[in-house]
Amino acid sequence: MSDAFLQVRDLKVHFPIRTGGILIGEYTPLKAVDGVSFDLNPGETLGVVGESGCGKSTLGRAVLQLIGATDGVVSWLGTDLTSLNKKELIAARENLQIVFQDPLASLDPRMTAGDIIAEPLRNYRPTLSKAERRKMVEDMMERVGLLPRMINRYPHEFSGGQCQRIGIARAMILRPKLVICDEPVSALDVSIQAQVVNLLMDLQRDFGLALLFISHDLAIVRHISHRVLVLYLGKVMELADKAALYATPRHPYTQALLSAVPIPDPTKERNKDRILLTGDLPSPLNPPTGCVFRTRCGKATELCASQTPELERAGDGQDVACHHWKD
Amino acid sequence: MSDAPMNERRSGANLSVPNADALDKAADVEGRSLWQDAFRRLQANRAAMISAIVLIVLAFICFVGPAFVPWSYEEIDWDILEATPPNFETGHYLGTDSLGRDLLARILQGGQVSFLVGILATSVALVIGVAVGATAGFMGGRVDQFLMRFVDVMYAVPLMFFIIILMVVFGRNFYLMFLAIGFVEWLTMSRIVRGQTLTLKNKEFIEAARASGGSTASIILRHIVPNVLGVVIVYVTLTIPQVILLESFLSFLGLGVQPPMTSWGALIAEGAQEMEITPRTLILPAVCLSTTLFCFNFLGDGLRDALDPKDR
Amino acid sequence: MTSVLEIDGLTVSFSTPDGDVSAVSDVSLSVEAGECLGLVGESGSGKSQTFMAAMGLLADNGTATGEIRLDGIDLLSANEKKLNTLRGERIAMIFQDPMTSLTPHMKIGRQLSEVLIEHQKVDARTGRARALDMLNRVHIPEAERRLDMYPHELSGGLRQRVMIAMALMCEPEVIVADEPTTALDVTVQAQILDLLAEVKDNLDAAIVLITHDLGVVAGLADRVAVMYAGRIVEQGTVGDIFALPAHPYTQGLLACTPRLDVETEALVTISGQPPNLQNLPSGCSFHPRCKYVVDQCKSERPALEAMDNGHIRACFRPHVEVAQ
Repeated sequence: MSDAFLQVRDLKVHFPIRTGGILIGEYTPLKAVDGVSFDLNPGETLGVVGESGCGKSTLGRAVLQLIGATDGVVSWLGTDLTSLNKKELIAARENLQIVFQDPLASLDPRMTAGDIIAEPLRNYRPTLSKAERRKMVEDMMERVGLLPRMINRYPHEFSGGQCQRIGIARAMILRPKLVICDEPVSALDVSIQAQVVNLLMDLQRDFGLALLFISHDLAIVRHISHRVLVLYLGKVMELADKAALYATPRHPYTQALLSAVPIPDPTKERNKDRILLTGDLPSPLNPPTGCVFRTRCGKATELCASQTPELERAGDGQDVACHHWKD
Repeated sequence: MSDAPMNERRSGANLSVPNADALDKAADVEGRSLWQDAFRRLQANRAAMISAIVLIVLAFICFVGPAFVPWSYEEIDWDILEATPPNFETGHYLGTDSLGRDLLARILQGGQVSFLVGILATSVALVIGVAVGATAGFMGGRVDQFLMRFVDVMYAVPLMFFIIILMVVFGRNFYLMFLAIGFVEWLTMSRIVRGQTLTLKNKEFIEAARASGGSTASIILRHIVPNVLGVVIVYVTLTIPQVILLESFLSFLGLGVQPPMTSWGALIAEGAQEMEITPRTLILPAVCLSTTLFCFNFLGDGLRDALDPKDR
Repeated sequence: MTSVLEIDGLTVSFSTPDGDVSAVSDVSLSVEAGECLGLVGESGSGKSQTFMAAMGLLADNGTATGEIRLDGIDLLSANEKKLNTLRGERIAMIFQDPMTSLTPHMKIGRQLSEVLIEHQKVDARTGRARALDMLNRVHIPEAERRLDMYPHELSGGLRQRVMIAMALMCEPEVIVADEPTTALDVTVQAQILDLLAEVKDNLDAAIVLITHDLGVVAGLADRVAVMYAGRIVEQGTVGDIFALPAHPYTQGLLACTPRLDVETEALVTISGQPPNLQNLPSGCSFHPRCKYVVDQCKSERPALEAMDNGHIRACFRPHVEVAQ
C-alpha cells in the first residue's frame, strides 16, 4: 500500500477525565476514538456517521492533528502525522483543511470576509502581493457563490448559509488535497443545506478533493459519500461502500440507525418497520466489555460480552464488526 | 447534536441580524464592523456621549488652561500670603490658598496630574495585564499555572505596604507612582483577559486559524487580542477613575505627589484642613474630581452596553 | 368536530433598535381534539413564535394582535393569572431542549407533581403517585428511582420523556411540541416519536407539532401547515401536502431534502437566501427564490385560496402548472 493517500491505522484518542481524588486526581481515560482504521483515496468521499458522543468529530480533528492522538498512525502521503513536530505539522496542513459545523462561530467576528478567506494564503504564501492575494480571494468567493463585492463585509452581516460558504472558501483557497467536513450543513436550514452540499460536491469534482464528511444525517451522507464509516462509542461498527451499506446493512447498529431516520413520505413513514433501540448510549467513561454495542443490541449473546468483534469482510467492499452478522 | 437552525425562541435579538437580501441590494462595498456597530450604539447613549464630551473639555482646559492663567501653580503671591476670595484685579480668579498661591492654577495643574496618573498608570496595567492574561489563557498548562499563582501572590501583598516599600527603596519619584499604581492594577486586568481568552480559545474560529496554519503568536495577535479588546476597553474606562482615586488617596496620606506640585487629591487634603475657614479650597477640587470620576463611570457603562457581546 | 384551539389573524411583531419586525403576519390556524397539526418552516418563519404567543411566552419586546381562542377563551386578552391557570392545565408545551426547560435543582418527582399540586390542589402524596404513574406511561425504566433524581442525572432521551410526562400530567386539551426531537440523536428521536404517536392514539388531546423536519411531520401529523416568512403559504392533509404539494416553496422543500429511501442524482435546490424579516420582498415573500415567478408576484401578495379537500395555498400560478 505504498500509493496510499490517507491511511489511518488503529487510531486512538483518549482524554483523561478526572473522576475522583481530592488533592491528587484520579483519572479515567475517556476513549473518544478507540482503534479506528480506514483508508481514503484521492477524490473519494468517506462519510463518517454516528450519534453524538461517538467520537466522529474527534476523529476528524485527530486526522488533522488538531487533537493529538494517544496511539496509532495517521499516514498522509506516506508520512506519519503523529510523529511530526509543530513546524512540520504546520507545513503538512497546507494540504489538509477543515470546514466546521457552526458557520458563524468558525469565523472571527472582527475580521472581514476577505481577511478570513485570505488567512491561509497569508500563512502559506507570504510572498504574494496584496493585489494578487485579493484577486485570489475574489476568484474563490465567486467560485463558492459569494459576490466579490462583499469582500469587506463582516461575518455577522451574512446569513448562515453564506457564512458557511466563507468557511468553505477559506478551506479551499490553498487547493488542499483533503478537506474534513465536520457536520458542515447541520446548522443550516433545509433549503440551504442542499445548496451547500451541491457546492461541496462541485468543488470536489473540480479540484479532485478527497472529503471526510462527518455527519449525523444519514440521508445527506448517502447523497454525498462513496463509502461510509459507522462509528459507535469510538469504535468502527461497519465500513462499507455506500450502495452496500444502504441496501444491505449488516451491523445491527447500522440497521437500527437506518430504520430510525424519518422519511418524508407519510405512507412509507407510517408503514415501515422500525428497529427501536432500547436504552441510551452507555457512558464512554465506562464502556461495555466486549462489543460496545451489546447493551442495546437485540442479537447480543454471551460471546459479545466476552470478546470484542474484529472488522471482518461481509461482502464486496463491506466490513462489519459483529459476531452475528450472518444471522 | 442539534440540527436546529438557530433557536428561534429568543427571536427578539435574532431578528435584528442583518441579512443577505438586504446585502444583495445594497451595493456598497464597505462592511460595517462590530466596532462601528458599537460606536453607533454608543452615540445613541446620551449620558455616555455627554460624559465623553465633558471629559474631553475638562482635560483640554487642564492642559491648555495654565497658559492663560496669570499665575503659575507654584508661585506665591507675596502680597497676600493667605487664603483670599476670588479677586479679578490681582488675577486670582478663584482666589488663593492658605499660602497665597493661585487656586485656579493649582486646580488646573492638579487636574493634569490626575489625568496623567489615570492614563499612564492604566496604560501600564493594560500592557502588562493583556500580555500576561492572553499568554496564560492561551498557553494554558504550566505557563498558566505559574502566571496565575504569581498573580495570586501579588494580590496577597497589601497595596499600601507595596507602595511604601517602593517609595522607601527608590525615593519619592513622580513617575514611580504611576508605575507603582500600574503594577497593582494589572492584576485584575490579567485575570479578566485570561478568562476571556479561555472562552475564546475553545471557539471554532481559533481552531480554524490553527488549521489554516497560524502560529501561536499570530493567533494571539490576530484573533485573541482583537476579540478581548472590547472587554478590555470597558475595563480600562472603569480602571481610570479607580486609579485617579487611588492617587488622591495616596496624596491625601502624603505618599503621592510632592509640593509644590499637586493633584486633585492633594488639593482636597489641603482644603480639608481649612474647610471651616475657606470651604472653597475643598469644594472646588472636590467638584472637579467627582465630575471626572462620574463621567468616566458613565462612559464605562455606556461602552459596556455598546460592546455587549450578547448583541453579536 | 369542533376546534379546541383557534388562531385568527394573529400578527406578532418585535420592536428592535432597528425598527419593528413582524415575525408572524396574519396567521389563522385551528386544531381539533385528537388531531395532530404539523407546522413546518425554516428558522425565522415564525412557526415557534405563533405558539409562543398562544402560550403568552413572547419575549418582552414582542406584541401579538389578533385572536387566539382556547375553547372559546381568548388567550391574548387573558391576564397573567388566568394564563397561569390555563398553561399546564389546559395547554401544555414540550420544548426542544429538555435540559433548559427543566429546573436543574429540583427533583423529577417534585417537578412533575408541582403542576398537580398547583392546579388541582392534590396533596403531595397523591401528586407523587400520579407522577410515578405518568413516568411509567411514558416508559421510563425504573420510574420509582427516577422520581428522586435531578434532571442532569438523566440522559437526553429520558429528559425529553420527563418533559412529555410533565406536559401530560394535567391531561391538557392542547399539547404544543416545539421541535421535540431536534436536540436528540436519531435512534433516540425514533423512540420519542414512537411515544408521541402513542400519546396521540391514546389521548384525545390536540397536538401541535412544530418542526423543520419533514420526515417527523410525515410520521405523526394529520394536517400540515407550511410557513414562510411569517405567513402560512400552504395547508392541507398530510397526504395532500406530501403527494400533491401546491405551493412552489413546499415543492422546493420536499425536493431539496435528501432522502434515505431513494438514490438521488443531484439535489434540487431552492436558490437564494432565507428572507430577512426586516426587509421582506414586496408582493409574495417567496418570489425572489421562486422558479415560477411572474410579474404579478412581485407587486401583489397572493391570498390563501381554497382547493379541494380543505387544501389551501397562497400562490398566483395555476395549480396544474406548478404541481408536477
